Amino acid sequence: MATVEIPQNMELVYDYPQSLTEVDTHYCPGCTHGTIHRLVAEVLDELGVQDRTIGIAPVGCSVLAYKYFATDFAEAAHGRAPAMATGLKRVNPDAVVFTYQGDGDLAAIGTAEIVHAANRGELITTVFVNNAIYGMTGGQMAPTTLPDQVTTSSPTGRDVKTAGYPIRMAELIGGLPGAVYVTRQAVFDVRGIRRTKRAIKTAFRAQLEGLGFAMVEVLSTCNTNWGMSPQEALEWAKEHMVDYFPLGDTKVSDSVRALTEE
Amino acid sequence: MTKEFLEGNEAFAEAAVRAGLEAFFGYPITPQSEALEHLSKRLPELGRVFLQAESEVAAINMVYGAACAGVRVMTSSSSPGISLMQEGLSYIACSEVPVVLVNVMRGGPGLGNIQPAQGDYFQAVKMAGHGDFHMIVLAPANVQELIDDMVLAFDLAEKYRTITMVVADGSIGQMMEPAELPPMRPVRSPEERADWALTGADGREPNTITSLYLGAENLEEVNLRLQAKLKDIAANEVRWKEYQTEDADLLLVAFGTVGRICQTVVRDARERGMKVGLLRPITLWPFPGERIAELAEQVQGVLTVEMNAGQMVQDVRLAVEGRCPVAFYGRMAGVVPLADEILPELEKLAGRPSHSSTVKGGQEAQ
Repeated sequence: MATVEIPQNMELVYDYPQSLTEVDTHYCPGCTHGTIHRLVAEVLDELGVQDRTIGIAPVGCSVLAYKYFATDFAEAAHGRAPAMATGLKRVNPDAVVFTYQGDGDLAAIGTAEIVHAANRGELITTVFVNNAIYGMTGGQMAPTTLPDQVTTSSPTGRDVKTAGYPIRMAELIGGLPGAVYVTRQAVFDVRGIRRTKRAIKTAFRAQLEGLGFAMVEVLSTCNTNWGMSPQEALEWAKEHMVDYFPLGDTKVSDSVRALTEE
Repeated sequence: MTKEFLEGNEAFAEAAVRAGLEAFFGYPITPQSEALEHLSKRLPELGRVFLQAESEVAAINMVYGAACAGVRVMTSSSSPGISLMQEGLSYIACSEVPVVLVNVMRGGPGLGNIQPAQGDYFQAVKMAGHGDFHMIVLAPANVQELIDDMVLAFDLAEKYRTITMVVADGSIGQMMEPAELPPMRPVRSPEERADWALTGADGREPNTITSLYLGAENLEEVNLRLQAKLKDIAANEVRWKEYQTEDADLLLVAFGTVGRICQTVVRDARERGMKVGLLRPITLWPFPGERIAELAEQVQGVLTVEMNAGQMVQDVRLAVEGRCPVAFYGRMAGVVPLADEILPELEKLAGRPSHSSTVKGGQEAQ
């Protein structure tokens, strides 16, 4: 990284996170994965845990996340990241272990693994990126695709009578006793991005304090597969996604509340 | 050390503990649940990790995660459970992390039954998951061999950074017989973990463990490395046992429980004046094909006996390459072939050399 002399009487307020590698990502222009990666990296830097963090990448658009984080990383089978994280954490109790998963990975094929990892109160942190579509495979219907939303596998719009309803994972996981902190945030504007970062930090702190399982669901966009410009996608998400997937905490245990009120 | 009266399933679990097992993740399934039960008590006592997973799918991925951390880890299951683990096995094979697993085989296909069987030979030897890979497969024929194979399984898995599967069957898992457990090995300290392990990048560059290689040339390179390793294993780790093959003019080939039964067949046949020998493969992969080819030059015929419809016999035929007739006798679905049924098959082979394949009911297996 190029080093820049900071003139006297000025302070550095924005820098490249240590926990990110300096590699160009493969994400589409306008994709919010880059924003969420950066938030996770900033939190790892601020908590000073980069050198004991192990991430687990999913199958989906963020399958190559291990290239972008400057921490130890494993790449899991589709949906199995929480099981792999369980194995890693149980034998490395001092490590900080997180999974980074999309909606197809976590809310369809990996539903059993996330539910049971959360229910056991595994001391891991899950960052769940929900953009209501299968991005990598070309825009098919996801478990979180909205009613009537058109995708390449619901060409006339999601018909809930035959395809079922979008699944609200934050509510489902929040209902489990092993989960101590579960929240849904969105990265559609600056305010949401700042709140998302605060939530991710709380989720990692819950792990560091040994409190239990924590998950941050992050509402996200997929302008490419939604067939919109990045700006249109952010506006569409604000208008449609938040109605079905309300923002806010679905679980804050007393122990986590005490942590955030310190 | 003295011999104790031990049940197969508990014996292999305890042998693993003594071989330095640090973590076990598994899901209950008959006929091997006693292993999981033993470890649920034993590992926490020793301050090591035991976890009962929500499924075999989760169990193998927990094993994968722990293996990435460079610890000695295993799971055990039985046929339908192994099918569920095949996805994980393929990822583990490509990632080259050491893993040990036990398949106490039962009758299939489907839910099948819980009787001893060998119907998973193809699965273990030929198609443990998608893509080009093999596991090392060890096939014990009694409780003592099961114990010894567990220790060997960990050593081979770590030496080659590969998967070693021990295939027993319901009768070896469930039977009790006198056997000797190995001495307790010390567990590796975290500092002794391999340099590729995921432990947190403290004072070093980050490690990545993946089975994803998007470029065709990159993935071919990985495959070439895997194939070179398999070639190395095939050259160095073939194991088998022979009984009275020196002067044999008929050869039995059988593994596991029925391999043990065939020792009785050799005795009975020799009492009737037939010069019969037995080759019992210990490694099903790599297969002792070269030795079988040598013996095929010496004998008038080979009879392969299995507790399935005829799976290993394909590898025997590939090894024999027409040097002599190869016959097959098998019982399926949990029926164990008896010495009295096998002997007439040998007589048939001696009197009428032909490529006969017999499965009970008179159907051709090949």
